[in-house]
Order: sequence, then C-alpha cells, then structure tokens
Amino acid sequence: MYDIPTLQGATVDSKEIKFKCRDCQVYYGDNHAIKDVSCDLQDKTVTAFIGPSGCGKSTFLRCLNRMNDTIDVARVTGDFMLDGENIYDKKVDPVQLRAKVGMVFQKPNPFPKSIYDNVAYGPRIHGLAKNKAELDEIVEKALRRGAIWDEVKDRLDSSGTGLSGGQQQRLCIARAVATEPEVLLMDEPCSALDPIATAQVEELIDELRENYSVVIVTHSMQQAARVSQKTAFFHLGNLVEFGDTGQIFTNPSDPRTESYITGRIG
Amino acid sequence: MSQAGERPHIVSSYDRELESIQTHIMKMGGLVEAAITDAAQALVDRDVERAEAVRSADKAIDALEELITEETSKLMALRSPAGVDLRMILSVMRISGNLERIGDYAKNIAKRSIVLADEPDVNESAAALRRMAREVELMLKDALDSYIQRDEELAEVVIARDREVDQMYNAVFREFLTYMMEDPRNITHCMHLHFIAKNYERMGDHVTAIAEQVVYLTSGQRPDNDRPKADMTSEIKLEE
Repeated sequence: MYDIPTLQGATVDSKEIKFKCRDCQVYYGDNHAIKDVSCDLQDKTVTAFIGPSGCGKSTFLRCLNRMNDTIDVARVTGDFMLDGENIYDKKVDPVQLRAKVGMVFQKPNPFPKSIYDNVAYGPRIHGLAKNKAELDEIVEKALRRGAIWDEVKDRLDSSGTGLSGGQQQRLCIARAVATEPEVLLMDEPCSALDPIATAQVEELIDELRENYSVVIVTHSMQQAARVSQKTAFFHLGNLVEFGDTGQIFTNPSDPRTESYITGRIG
Repeated sequence: MSQAGERPHIVSSYDRELESIQTHIMKMGGLVEAAITDAAQALVDRDVERAEAVRSADKAIDALEELITEETSKLMALRSPAGVDLRMILSVMRISGNLERIGDYAKNIAKRSIVLADEPDVNESAAALRRMAREVELMLKDALDSYIQRDEELAEVVIARDREVDQMYNAVFREFLTYMMEDPRNITHCMHLHFIAKNYERMGDHVTAIAEQVVYLTSGQRPDNDRPKADMTSEIKLEE
C-alpha cells in the first residue's frame, strides 16, 4: 500500500517525546472539560490542537504550563510528564515551569514598557544575565528569533504597545523565547492578525520548530494544516484523533474528525 | 465510505458545487459508454454514418472534461477541500481524464471502421472484437456504478476483470498475426483491426484506473500496485 503523501513532506525531526500526558482530566466545578486525554507531544515538532469552540483544546493547552492553577474552580488530574517529571508535582515551581514552557496568547499583550524591557523582563526575573552586555545579547537574540529585530533595532526604547498588531505578536513571541523555553504554547496566535502578519508568524513557527516543541491551538484548519506536523482533534472534551497532519486532513479515521475538517453537520 | 461523507455540509452551496461536478462526471460516463457501444456497432454493421456520429460526439466528451477541470480547480481554490471532499475532487480529476482517453479510443475505432467498411471480413475476428467491446463496456458500467455507490468491493472486481480483456487481446493479436502471414493482402485491414483490439485493451486499463480511484476515494488507500496484467503481446515473436 502507498502511504498518502502529505502536504508539506511532514517529516518530524525528532521522535523524542517532550510531553507525555496520561489520563488527564480537567473539571471546572461540575463541568468535566477534559475527559481522559492521553497523548505524547514530540520534541522539535509543531502539534496543532483543533476542534470546535468549547471542545477543550485551550483548556488542555493551558494545563501544559499550569495556567489553570489561576482558576479557582479548575481541578486538574492525571500525569503531565515533561521530560519524565510531572509538572503538577508539589516540588515544581509554576514560575520556573512557565519559563520552560512559554506561552503566546490570542491577543498580543506586550507590557506597557519599552520593546527592550518587554523582552528583558523574563531573563531579568530569572537571573539569566550577569550584566547589561549579556542582557543586550539575550534581547537581540530573542528579537531575531521573533523575526522582528530588523524592524525594531533602532527603536528599542519606544513602547511595545506602539507597534502594529503583527509586530506586537512577534514581540510577544520574542518575549516568550527570551527565557530559552523548551516548549512554546500558542493559543490562537494569529486570530487578531492580517494575512501578511499571519504568514510571518507561521514562518516564524516553522523556524522555531528547530529548537522547540511548539503546540498551537487554532480555529483555522488551514493554518493547522500549514504549520503543524501532528494534529490533535478535540471534541466535547475528548481527544478524538491524534495523528500526522497529512493523514488527518486527507484521510481521517474518525467520522467526527471527517465532519469537522470537511465542514459538515454532525 | 465513512458516514461523514454522507452528511451535508454546513455551507449548502458547497454541496451544490460538489453535486454539479458529480452530475457532469456521470454525464460524461454515459456519453463514453454510448461511444463504445456505437463504435463497436458501426464496425459490425459497416455503418459509416454511425461511425461519423461517434467522431463528432467526442467533442461533447472533451468539453465535459474541460468543464470538470474548471469546476474542480475553482472548488480547490475557493473551498480548500479536505478529507473525503479532497479525495473526491482528486479522483474526479483523474476519472474525467480516464474517461476522456476512453472516448478518444472509441473515436479512433470509429475512424478505422470507416476505412474497414470497404474491406473484406476476416473470419471470426469481428466476433472476438465484439466480445472485447462488450467486456470493456460492462467493466466501465460497473466502474461508474462503484463510483456512484462508493462500492469498494465492486471496484476491486472491476480491477481483477482487466485480466480477461488482456487475454482476449493476446488471442486476437496472435490471430491477426497468423492472417497477415498467410496472405499479405490481409495486412491493411488486419492492422486496423489490431489497432482496434489494442484500443479496447487500453480502454480496459483506463477503466481499471477509474476503479482504482474508487478504492482511493472510499478507503483513502491506493490499491496494491501489482494489479493483474495479462497483456503478453509485447513479448510475442514471429515464429516461422
């Protein structure tokens, strides 16, 4: 049998598993939002979470750096093993964890500070730089990785909020990578951007894949197909199907996935 | 076929566009079936008028293929089909190409039958060619049925049946070779009859390709590559 050729020659660079999630449950009060989800997220791979609104994809993403800790009614159980260590273990400091597992949100949310300080904030609080020269270097490297260096290098002192939406989002990505995370979580990072800024962020995601494990939640199925190598389809809190992006979009095995990706009722 | 493919799209105009493409491919299939029947009958009856009709009907087949190409490329650009929709569009593009080729072969048979109308009969060869035509026609009908009903089993049966067409071709190939060796005056019409037989053999291959698309459409998998091939004529030598 021939395999179905995938759109982007979706070769995954690493078979190493970064996140091993087992029997994960999330409850918001009485609402069982994530039901018994188990999956392996690979290193140096872009994994897309897709599914209709309220299916649990963002909730699950937020579990990966304990963002749900901030919600009083949320209760999370199960194993979230990052490199073999359960991130919900008592000895894990959520602040340290979030330096390792960075996050980019739907709406660009730069701090009302200078471009430089936006990026320098994380490295400063985590003590990653010994002196000003080192910090300058970290900031430049992060802005370059965020593919925004050339646009802002002459105005590092101006406010981050004065940039365009696409630039702000890339600044936020630069801010997220400044602490040298190992995993980057992105929750609808392009939904507030125009097509050109979206393409720039997608190109950036593809570059980031060389160094990080990237997990992206998106409502745009085309975007999931374009940027990811692995796709997970969530529905009513269940992980219905998880597989190679090429397979999910040409020949999904579950009828619920098929209905969703083809835009059918059901 | 998975159940999802039978459910309507949320955007109903998407369904209407897919249906339109579906209608055109079926119409094309009907025209091609008729072309095979008419070309075969024109040959048997030495009916030049009928043969001419097959030739001009081919224009309609070609026009439908172009229409289908336009519709599918537009749908690809505007709808970004995925899953079963994507597989349907991809298979429709190929099936219309196969149908167009089969139509061309029928047209070629019709052209040759016009020449042959003035030539003498050669023994039972006409009966052998009729059998080939009949078999190819039935295979095409089943292949198109398997497409409409998304019937993978029937498609597999069609694929297996190509062997019979190949074997018939082997037999008539030898037969024509013998006649030509017996009497060089047989060469003109035997050559034409041989090309007609070859056309049927090629039609069988294109019908098989259509059935393979049905397997891909329904299962998402390409059928096994080593489908039965029984055309041995490329290895036949003249034996004195």
